[in-house]
Amino acid sequence: MKRYEKNIGTLSLDEFLSLRRSKVCVVGCGGLGGYVIELLARLGVGYLTVVDKDVFEESNLNRQILCELNSLGKSKALVAKERLKNINPEVEVQAMVTEINLKNGKEILRGHDLVIDALDNAEGKKFLEELAEALEIPLVHGAVAGWFGQVACIFPGDRLLKTLYLSKTFGIEKEIGVPSFTPALIASFQVSEAIKILIKRGEVLRKKVLLVNLLKNEIEVIEFN
Amino acid sequence: MIKVKLFADFRKDRGKEVDFEYFEGINGKFILEKLKIDEKEIAVFLVNGKNKKLDEPLEDGDVIALFPPIAGG
Repeated sequence: MKRYEKNIGTLSLDEFLSLRRSKVCVVGCGGLGGYVIELLARLGVGYLTVVDKDVFEESNLNRQILCELNSLGKSKALVAKERLKNINPEVEVQAMVTEINLKNGKEILRGHDLVIDALDNAEGKKFLEELAEALEIPLVHGAVAGWFGQVACIFPGDRLLKTLYLSKTFGIEKEIGVPSFTPALIASFQVSEAIKILIKRGEVLRKKVLLVNLLKNEIEVIEFN
Repeated sequence: MIKVKLFADFRKDRGKEVDFEYFEGINGKFILEKLKIDEKEIAVFLVNGKNKKLDEPLEDGDVIALFPPIAGG
């Protein structure tokens, strides 16, 4: 328990114990996903499923915490599982080296209390929203581009991403890239939202999108009806 | 009056908010044209928290939020 003593106070003992029983599926183990997985494991979330079909490439080194020189060419999901063994072996981790698709999607997500969207494309994000809704699982969305990022919590029926991305496939990240600091910040917001949903305390960003502009140090919340 | 709130890089050279005088028939297309924002650049045309088609007429007092699509991970 000593490893968790600094969590207590922020979380009550009961809340902490409920996290130990919680199952979270993190879809995407790149910029956002790497930090999300790390933070959830250090908090002591009991069961994590980490999903990513890709292997690490050199261009991931600028921002993806799981990407090191010796992980180049290795599966992102398997590297995530390996790292968690060294951080918190009490967390049960399932690594899925696959993309989420029509065939496997429901099977992968079923049984989880929460899904985290750490994907890097709008189509995947919208599909994940559909899947999570079909299984009645809340989804914590995050996305980044350059100095900007966004976070939202989506509950079954909200269909926020369908509105947010409409016919879009990619966003402005294709032009302005993604540096190291934006994913770290947005992932932290995602984890904080995830924990609030799991422990049922605090205010979550439902039908709202929190937009961060680090260039101007502005954080704003846009409401969706 | 119609208030347009701009986010992320849409603020560059335009500021945080732009007000438009209401007139009958004013719509999203007119506003985007005046702001020199291409339709393809916006994530969604959000009017009072709801997605609205660009050619639909707006109402006096509408608040519009414009931000680019952000989808990186």
